[in-house]
Amino acid sequence: MHRVNASHKATIRFTLNGRQVEGSAEPRMLLTDFLRHECGATGTHVGCEHGVCGACTVRIDGGMARACLMLAVQVEGTAVETVEGLSPEPGRLSVLQDAFRRHHALQCGFCTAGILMSLDTLLKKEPHADETRIRDVLGGHLCRCTGYQPIVTATVEAAEILRSDNGDV
Amino acid sequence: MKPARFDYVRPDTIEEALEVLAAEGSDARVLAGGQSLVPMLSMRLARPSVLIDITRIAGLQEIRNGKGGIVVPAATRQAALLAAPGLERTHPLLAAAMPWIGHAQTRARGTVCGSIAHADPSAELALCLLAVGGTVNLRSGKTRRAVAAKDFFVGLMTTDRHDDELVESVTFPTASDGTGYAFAEFGRRHGDFAIVSVAAVARADAVEVTVGGVDDMPVGRAWPRLAGADLEDALNTLAWELNARDDIHADARLRRDLVRSMGRRTIEEAVSCIA
Repeated sequence: MHRVNASHKATIRFTLNGRQVEGSAEPRMLLTDFLRHECGATGTHVGCEHGVCGACTVRIDGGMARACLMLAVQVEGTAVETVEGLSPEPGRLSVLQDAFRRHHALQCGFCTAGILMSLDTLLKKEPHADETRIRDVLGGHLCRCTGYQPIVTATVEAAEILRSDNGDV
Repeated sequence: MKPARFDYVRPDTIEEALEVLAAEGSDARVLAGGQSLVPMLSMRLARPSVLIDITRIAGLQEIRNGKGGIVVPAATRQAALLAAPGLERTHPLLAAAMPWIGHAQTRARGTVCGSIAHADPSAELALCLLAVGGTVNLRSGKTRRAVAAKDFFVGLMTTDRHDDELVESVTFPTASDGTGYAFAEFGRRHGDFAIVSVAAVARADAVEVTVGGVDDMPVGRAWPRLAGADLEDALNTLAWELNARDDIHADARLRRDLVRSMGRRTIEEAVSCIA
């Protein structure tokens, strides 16, 4: 049985965007704060901090997760992916990110990291996701600038490109 | 918006988890999906001294067939139940109601038993468990007992679970022949907490209606097969018997109106689905 006392810091080992990393956190530290302040991965944004807005959505072992609804100690041994991991190489955007740029699917960009993680996960798991399905998953996010239509348009187009290219998401 | 301090325990076996629960009692909280518990910690509505993370205990994820239904263990994610093969056929009410639970992002982490143990009055899973006559299987270090859903929910976010007990699993009976099921929910937006949710189970000679989001816990009624004015009278009586809440989302009058209108439509739909 693994036990961490309240004021002690546990060492947490996990993979972040494919790289083995290690950090330390008290049991009460949220994954959002751990990623940003311990790991320096500030791409994951903190919006409402109680699971409503979706800005902090990341991928854990392939599944979507709100990072503010998880404790850092829970990711020990898991594979965590954040928006920093989407781009296939420096200076190149993923197909979905590029579609977001073409369709002005972001304005201030605060909510975008979480939205990209959810929709990227959807397109990986369900390459044939249609607009209804995309809207359903996007329903877990709040965006206060662009309205959602450009986000839907960009994602529908990205899905088409990915299906025709069979390329990397 | 940061949780107060607590110890974190991650047992490898259910016996270890039960030992900690027995030792810590009401100061301990079980962490499964965390989709309700973690915001409560962050807002300091809950201040346990120890969290028991049960998600890595072997065997607590896999759904299995039990006597008369499926047994969903303590750490099964909602998304896993929703994706269970043939769910629409074996558990049509769950298949209809579960897409209304939060969002895809929260269903990917949230657990079935966690929602039942949390006992939010507008929770879809509590409503479904009550509507189909399911049971909650509780286990402590010394005892095991199965409690019918109607006896498990006892008040606002309050259940019959003792401090040293874990909701080890819940059992959802399989749909029976000659029965129709229907579900409806009203909220401001899809994914919000239900203002009113209704489940109906119809048989040749009887109908059961269960209402969530109105009173402190889901409430069910069983009636003979009513129609027309008799059905409207019965629903009106139910609407007034419930202690309908007034809150920022809806007043009690709207909730009563919805019990009447959604109740009738949902019952009619269940009758039309009798298979």
